Amino acid sequence: MASCPGLLNIFEQGTNPAILNMYEQILASIEQQMPGTVLSSDTALDGILNLNTSREKVHSLLQFLRDDAQLQFNFLTSLCGVHYPDRTGQELGLVYHLHSWTNNTRLRIKISFPSDEPNVPTATNLWPTANWMERQEYDFFGINFVGHPDLRRILNVDDLGVFPMRKEYKLEDGTRTDKDDRFFGRDGHVGQTFETNLID
Amino acid sequence: MQVQSYFSSLDNLDGELATLNLGPTHPATHGIFQNVLKMDGEKIVSGEPTIGYIHRAFEKLAERRPYNQITPITDRLNYCSSPINNMGWHMTVEKLIGCKLPKRAEYMRVIIMELSRIADHLVCNAVIGVDTGALTGFTYMFQERERIYDMFEEVCGARLTTNIGRIGGMERDFTPAFHAKLKDFLKNFPARFDEFNNLLERNRIFMDRCIGAGPIAADRAMAYGFTGPNLRAAGVDYDVRIMSPYCSYEDFEFDVPVGLNGDTYDRFVVRQEEIRQSLRIIHQAYNNLPEGPYHAEVPAFYLPDKPEVYTKMEALIYHFKVVMQETPIPVGEVYHCVEGGNGELGFYLISDGGRTPYRLHFRRPCFIYYQAYPEMIRGSLLSDAILTMSSMNVIAGELDA
Repeated sequence: MASCPGLLNIFEQGTNPAILNMYEQILASIEQQMPGTVLSSDTALDGILNLNTSREKVHSLLQFLRDDAQLQFNFLTSLCGVHYPDRTGQELGLVYHLHSWTNNTRLRIKISFPSDEPNVPTATNLWPTANWMERQEYDFFGINFVGHPDLRRILNVDDLGVFPMRKEYKLEDGTRTDKDDRFFGRDGHVGQTFETNLID
Repeated sequence: MQVQSYFSSLDNLDGELATLNLGPTHPATHGIFQNVLKMDGEKIVSGEPTIGYIHRAFEKLAERRPYNQITPITDRLNYCSSPINNMGWHMTVEKLIGCKLPKRAEYMRVIIMELSRIADHLVCNAVIGVDTGALTGFTYMFQERERIYDMFEEVCGARLTTNIGRIGGMERDFTPAFHAKLKDFLKNFPARFDEFNNLLERNRIFMDRCIGAGPIAADRAMAYGFTGPNLRAAGVDYDVRIMSPYCSYEDFEFDVPVGLNGDTYDRFVVRQEEIRQSLRIIHQAYNNLPEGPYHAEVPAFYLPDKPEVYTKMEALIYHFKVVMQETPIPVGEVYHCVEGGNGELGFYLISDGGRTPYRLHFRRPCFIYYQAYPEMIRGSLLSDAILTMSSMNVIAGELDA
């Protein structure tokens, strides 16, 4: 057997009672150390625990998760922005994927904030790998990482002028009618979830 | 280390610093990367990489494409091992729709993915040879890569940008020609690979060039988000196939090789050993290849056989629905990762129920670890910096997305 003995497969996290128990311990130890930091939490479709927090507290939460002797979320797997234009005042989001190699647990931290004031504290002082990840999300979404040592565009040209991953910048022309979103599970407004698909 | 003490006192720099523009199109960088280097003679004082020359906006494109049309995008990430990217994406969608594959399909995928890992590592290690002045091994290893591509061609019709497999399984069973080619490869490759290995592994010139070139310590590698062979060369045994097994990797026995110093030589040796371990996995998967279907019963995603489309009403309906993307997609978010040629290749998919992803983020190992490059080459010779870059296996397609 290739898998490490004693380590649980993270993608069984949602169903495995040992993992669910571990999630409760993670939540309890965050609540004990930093009360009120986690605004809400749920387990996603892939079994990973989602924690929602605010941008004011996200940096200290990340630091606590990294440095705690039990939790040891030592590895920042990825960091990515999301744009929900219909959520007024919370248009932009940022998702951190953390991974504890010691406990083989993954964790998703989410924050959301308004797109006209997209300031988020940088994580570069916790993980140097956040440097280019944050530059990429700045390039795509215009998220301003406060304290970043070198916040410039990374993949696009410097004078692009727009943040192209925002939903208002459409791909292809808008005149095509054969790809009308209303007929394919979205009611024409991106970012709004359609409960039932029109065609089943 | 001598290099660091050299830079701890900058007053012994003699003469002026020169600015050297290495790239974006330079024959020694094997891809489109620019590095503006500050040089003191032949020593590098600092480097500033610029990337994005082949940025194709994959994450934006993916928001406009149905799930099955995203696979060709993933081909163009790490194009040295496209099948791993393809299958990583298929598994992400399968996780979202809750589709479980039959064992045969998973074993077939493992065989294809390990063949691509061999192809990926072969090119990287052969190129390390080229950059140290040993071209011969490269020409022979490219023949081996061609043999692997011949096998891909038997399975999917393409060689480099494979678009191999489908959501829900493989598009067809292994053909008799594939079986013959795989058996031939398993029989004859190890001897030819050993010959290549003997040319370099204990070669005095090669060792002198590689040992100590572009080292990185384990803690720095982790902080920089290294994964894959580059991290393992620094001594950390993190491997996605073992930490989060997917596609039945838990059924196979293989070792995870680690290095000590994280330098070019360790990266070379780790990749060489991973090729042998991949062969071990292929042997196990091929010898125990289960009978049964090569795809799951997910008619809403998996195209029916053409004869059935012409003769059966239900198959015709499903064919239409798959082609016109009228399949209901669950709402939710999934993260899935596979051990790519260069490390943890992750797909973070947010679905709002529409027929295209609401957001798809690629965790591209090359992009993440290439930012350590200036730190790794600081104080080294220019020729060592070239060697360090090729041993990191930076693939422009994956770097720039």
